[in-house]
Amino acid sequence: MMEKVAQMIAVTGAQAVAHAMRQIEPDVVAAYPITPQTPIVEYFAKFVADGVVKTEMIPVESEHSAMSAVVGAAAAGARAMTATSANGLALMHEIVYIAASTRLPVVMPVVNRALSGPINIHCDHSDTMAERDSGWIQFYVEDAQEAYDLTILSVRLAEHEHVRLPVMVNQDGFIISHGVEPVSFLPDDVVKKFVGELKPIYPLLDTEHPVTYGPLDLYDYYFEHKRQQIEAMKNVEKVFPEVAQEFFKISGRKYSFVEPYKLDDAEHVMVALGSTNGTVKYTVDKMREEGCKVGLLKIWMFRPFPKDEIQRYLTGRKSVVVLDRSASFGAEAPLYEAVKSSLYESASRPLLSSFIYGLGGRGIAIEDVEEAFEKSISGELVTDYEYYLGLRE
Amino acid sequence: MPAKYFEIRWHGRAGQGAKSASQLLAESVLEFGKYAQAFPEYGAERSGAPMKAFNRVSDEKILIHSSVENPDVVVVFDDTLLSPSVVQGLSEDGTLIVNTTKGEDLVRAKTKFCGKVCVIDATDIALQEIKRGIPNTVMLGAVAKTTGILSLEAVQRKVRLMFEKKLTPEAVEANIRAVQRGYEEVSCSG
Repeated sequence: MMEKVAQMIAVTGAQAVAHAMRQIEPDVVAAYPITPQTPIVEYFAKFVADGVVKTEMIPVESEHSAMSAVVGAAAAGARAMTATSANGLALMHEIVYIAASTRLPVVMPVVNRALSGPINIHCDHSDTMAERDSGWIQFYVEDAQEAYDLTILSVRLAEHEHVRLPVMVNQDGFIISHGVEPVSFLPDDVVKKFVGELKPIYPLLDTEHPVTYGPLDLYDYYFEHKRQQIEAMKNVEKVFPEVAQEFFKISGRKYSFVEPYKLDDAEHVMVALGSTNGTVKYTVDKMREEGCKVGLLKIWMFRPFPKDEIQRYLTGRKSVVVLDRSASFGAEAPLYEAVKSSLYESASRPLLSSFIYGLGGRGIAIEDVEEAFEKSISGELVTDYEYYLGLRE
Repeated sequence: MPAKYFEIRWHGRAGQGAKSASQLLAESVLEFGKYAQAFPEYGAERSGAPMKAFNRVSDEKILIHSSVENPDVVVVFDDTLLSPSVVQGLSEDGTLIVNTTKGEDLVRAKTKFCGKVCVIDATDIALQEIKRGIPNTVMLGAVAKTTGILSLEAVQRKVRLMFEKKLTPEAVEANIRAVQRGYEEVSCSG
């Protein structure tokens, strides 16, 4: 369903998400209000100050405390959110892991920015990739519309009784967070009805049924609890399509684990996360005019990693180029590694290659995408060799 | 072929309102059924430092999220920024719009640009109308006239919407007049 652009509103990715949070109206939002915070909580704090929402806003002294406050609120039975970026997320790390381990359905929009050092405020995925084993569900979005939609959708996914896991909705720093583009907003009442009321499970404040959160859990039961967490992550495979279908009914916009673009007859496929997918789509259209059978597999959900979709869409292709906007020092880049391991069992493996691009906000242009495709098509790339786009040697 | 986007690059000094101008332009073209992007280039932010902002406009959804390298129009808010680098990537079919009191010859001498050059004395107009040397609303009027991608009325409507929450009614009207004068007084050659 195509929206009429005249009814859309031009906003930044940060504003789009702040409006999603306004419509969700969580009980509690905790945030550390200075750099590296994003404009998301700045806009949201204004909604609170203006009385537009009844959310309890807790300004705290660090990102570590922000996530701690959110964990406390969520354990108490509240719907709690925060937002962060880059080193703020890194400072949260300890409690990010605890939020997932405690099975708290927190939704956190993240603006992807490079980790220091050296100091850099621009986009790459090093911040959220450092959290990929923290037990959170992770989405990466292409544009402001997806940032808005998936923030709303994630509330239902996180709170589903078979999931009960926190979700990060990641948007590219500056490119999406500070770039203005048209977004189609849902009516407030439609969003409120979609997210519904949080159904707390074992809330701390239910004093009739006292429970303990965060106890000592040694070799007697820790392992079993981790197993439950692993199983909950597996349940996302079944629950996410159901929630996405319900979101489709209210919005007309379809979400899935991945988005295939012009893949039907594609012999050479690129795989990417985030806003770069739009630039790749444009390049695919351009190269198809020139007779190249190219296509794109956009990864919406990075955790849990959609192994089945990777196998379904990439098996039998001639070549696959994986773009990573972060490095894993001394090992393969995160997306490449995940794609490669998914294809291990595949009967007909494509020629795979790894390109790192865009660290610290380095731009990626159509010419860069073409260069990667052309090298892949010509068969000159060596599997497991790490290539770079837009890098000076 | 995939859609050709109409692209604008704005050069200004931080505080002159180039970022707001690019946002206003994006909001204004939306109501004509066109898609638009507006995004600034962030560096070390300090008042008076050179900065850039960008627009893309299209009849179709805009897919690209990379920087603008080959703009159709370059807008310069401050003639002390003029140099060949401001017209980098601008073809001879493109348009260069400059806020200056010194006329087209200076613009061509400083930039070596041979295409269409439009000049407007935006700072003086801003001083006369809004009593502050912030040229962005005048420049928006000049861009509307020169490019034809948006109407004078649309810009004035958006300026009113954006400013009426922040400024006095008199200051809002002054900005509306500034847009009008930018539209009427810009002069082009080449």
